[in-house]
Amino acid sequence: MEKRSGAREGVSRTVLLASIVTVVVVLIASALYLSLPQQRPATTVTQKLSGSIVIDGSSTVYPISEAVAEAFSKIHPDVKITVGISGTGGGFKRFVIGETDINDASRFITESEKESARRNNIKWIEIPIALEGLAIAVHPSNNWVDCISLEELRMIWRPNSTVKKWSDVNPQWPNADIKLFGPGPDSGTFDYFTERVVGKARASRTDYIPSEDDHVLIMGVSSERYSLGYIPYAYVVAAEGKVKVLAVSEKKGGTCVRPNDETVISGKYPLSRPLFIYVNEDKMLQKPELKAFVEFYIENAEKIVRKVGYTPLPKEYYTTILKLFREGKYTGYFEVYKSLTK
Amino acid sequence: MNSASIISIKRGRRRGVISEKIIENLFLSASVITVLAVLVIIFTLVSESLSFFLQISPREFFLGTQWTAFFEDRSFGVLPLLSGTILTSTIALLFAVPTGVGSAIFLSEYSSERVRRIVKPTLEVLAGIPTVVYGYFALYFITPNLRTFIPDISIFNALSAGLAVGVMILPTVASLSEDAIYAVPQNLKEVAYALGGRKVDAIVRVIIPYALPAILSAIIIAMARVIGETMIVTIAAGLKPSLTLNPFESVMTMTAAIAQAATGDAPHGTVQYSSLFAVGTYLFVIVMILNSMSHLIRLRWSIKL
Repeated sequence: MEKRSGAREGVSRTVLLASIVTVVVVLIASALYLSLPQQRPATTVTQKLSGSIVIDGSSTVYPISEAVAEAFSKIHPDVKITVGISGTGGGFKRFVIGETDINDASRFITESEKESARRNNIKWIEIPIALEGLAIAVHPSNNWVDCISLEELRMIWRPNSTVKKWSDVNPQWPNADIKLFGPGPDSGTFDYFTERVVGKARASRTDYIPSEDDHVLIMGVSSERYSLGYIPYAYVVAAEGKVKVLAVSEKKGGTCVRPNDETVISGKYPLSRPLFIYVNEDKMLQKPELKAFVEFYIENAEKIVRKVGYTPLPKEYYTTILKLFREGKYTGYFEVYKSLTK
Repeated sequence: MNSASIISIKRGRRRGVISEKIIENLFLSASVITVLAVLVIIFTLVSESLSFFLQISPREFFLGTQWTAFFEDRSFGVLPLLSGTILTSTIALLFAVPTGVGSAIFLSEYSSERVRRIVKPTLEVLAGIPTVVYGYFALYFITPNLRTFIPDISIFNALSAGLAVGVMILPTVASLSEDAIYAVPQNLKEVAYALGGRKVDAIVRVIIPYALPAILSAIIIAMARVIGETMIVTIAAGLKPSLTLNPFESVMTMTAAIAQAATGDAPHGTVQYSSLFAVGTYLFVIVMILNSMSHLIRLRWSIKL
């Protein structure tokens, strides 16, 4: 008995010692890391800004606005920026009554939203900021499908879909269970896909494997032979070769278009769309911090958009609208986008 | 004893009375905080669940077979989540209980001191691994290995998540059972040997029956943790609510559903938001029932002995 309790103490002493050593090492390492010189954005501080900026809207655009806000806060720490994710529509409801300064949008402002804005005397600036393409991905060994039509996708993904096997879509395809992967219902990508493909936002079959983490989707699709999933194009590019990307056609037998930077930018790829920010113009003219923020947004959009995984617009687009913005011209940005992408 | 040391003892005693009071109050407030925490949690769970059941009928919740809280065509049937929880927990316990109790018996009855000194701390290391690591361990190690035996298994499946949860809980089962076995009086064991029993007889006829109530309570503690485990099943089990007991399928547990709803953008005050409290309350009640069952079992057994 006594001998054993002695041994126990010995063991727990070793464990204790080991954990103390680990803790000390971790502490030293983190202290060293923190004392390293932090990288600072190159922009020089011209004036001291303070105040607050309220952003809300699409959760798809959120990562971009959030990253811009973070970079901006490093230069102007006294400007308090909040970025919400009420969805494009929910965000517009607040935007058109002047509650928010900027609305993130993954679609155009609608006619009824324009009407409410007019009633409340809200003038807005519409700025296309990035592009999102959605890739349809299958297992790399998949040799039966190369191009899929929106109709076939609708058949697979609509609510209560009866498609259980690949052969239910096309009798020539294998008689094997189709394993579906897609973003979870919180995702803006889910909203877009259901609206564009199924025809109604948020209407989808529910017996698929969802993940908000696109890397998990890549992993799922790449490890099931009979998989199919929809994943933001940027993630598929980053995971080069792990999944096979299908070409997509509007109609069965129509032209098949493969997603790449060019077809996404030109809009030839059926599952691509521009992302916007809408800025309250009067507020911007009253609040220097908001104006500085929007200018900073346009200036850094290309870099940040790429960093957070979306497709940036052509470089000339950003330089052109930055020039317009600095000259005080706040309209026609979408036309610039159109002229450069067609 | 000289007078100086007597004075110092007296002074020490007086100081002792004061510090005794302080310590007593410290411990008192510690236990008050514990009780308060439980009360606050129960209050939040119940009040939010009530607002859920004002909108969704208990019938749909308890008997519904579809969980599609965040889709257009929403439905709040908790059965698929319940089956997911039962499935992964059963797998975890089927793995952890025999392995844990077995290694406890080995450590306390068979192993040499040397082996013990290596095995025991190694087991305890398992308890220190963050569950997120277990989750990715299941996804990137267990599943690919399972696939070499079961090619049809889904990449996200209940089996590998359950096994990872089982590994996670192993040290708890093992070290609590070992304490229980260790607490068996030496003279009882010696009686078994004196009657001509082999080591196996001593273990099966004396040690295990004597330690059983404590082992059972170890298992119940493990079960409560297994049912509440969230991260591993969120990562490795697939987040697909399906009413199935097939371990090769993707499932969603109650905890995973709560985690998914809580980290997403379910706006405060919506029925989706309160649904996670309803699931939480259900989970809480299940664990409570398990705990009381374990108490009952222990009472019965102790009397028999």
